[in-house]
Amino acid sequence: MPRPREPFFWALFSSGGMIAALVLPALALWLWVARPLGWVAGPTGPELAALLAPPLLRLCLFVLIALALFHWAHRFRYTLYDGLQLAHLYGLIASICYGGATLLTAFAAWALWHLPRLP
Amino acid sequence: MNPAYRPYHPKWHRERMPIFWWLGQLSYIKFIVRELTSLAVGYAAVLLVAEVCALDRGAAAHARFLRFLAAPPVLAFHLLVCAALLFHTVTWLNLAPKALVLRVGGRRLPDGAVVAGHYLAWVLASGAVVWWLRGGL
Repeated sequence: MPRPREPFFWALFSSGGMIAALVLPALALWLWVARPLGWVAGPTGPELAALLAPPLLRLCLFVLIALALFHWAHRFRYTLYDGLQLAHLYGLIASICYGGATLLTAFAAWALWHLPRLP
Repeated sequence: MNPAYRPYHPKWHRERMPIFWWLGQLSYIKFIVRELTSLAVGYAAVLLVAEVCALDRGAAAHARFLRFLAAPPVLAFHLLVCAALLFHTVTWLNLAPKALVLRVGGRRLPDGAVVAGHYLAWVLASGAVVWWLRGGL
């Protein structure tokens, strides 16, 4: 089966896997475990808005989110093929995974773009 | 002779793979768990978008988001997500020498050095994240 787009998605998968490996554990442990448990004081809402005020940092967060989503899309696609033996649903699974990642990436761009209106 | 045999209509031998083929052996289970960490990576991305969205909608919405994070079942689930993210990091960095072949002075850099470099990058990146979250910039 000719798959000329495969290297493109593999590159997204690979860079997404690397940035997720380097950044996500610290980010997740801090924001979603340490912060709710009160081990660390913030960032609270206004603090996070201030942290995301520089456009460069919003761009960084956008790149992280987008690449993480496409990492999921590519890897989960093959998990479904091999793990659940669903290779015959090739087209459907590919469009759901990449389509979902594309929609969520667009939504992330929109949400991050709207941040400056915050107090 | 095989009673199912028909001249010129050979039956191909295709073994059916059961859906849970990977449950039999520890290394297969580890492989599938490693592949499934992509769900944690995707979930983390979605949760980051959710917090940005809550910020977009104002202080009350963000306070609700923080209360959601503090609910015990959510917190327990997020611990699981963090464990999966750490598993992703460890397996990903350990595979780095397979993807990256560095040559220094005509000699291949040993795998251990490539892995060590990647773990150093992980420490530095985590430090940068913590520095940023504490209001570094």
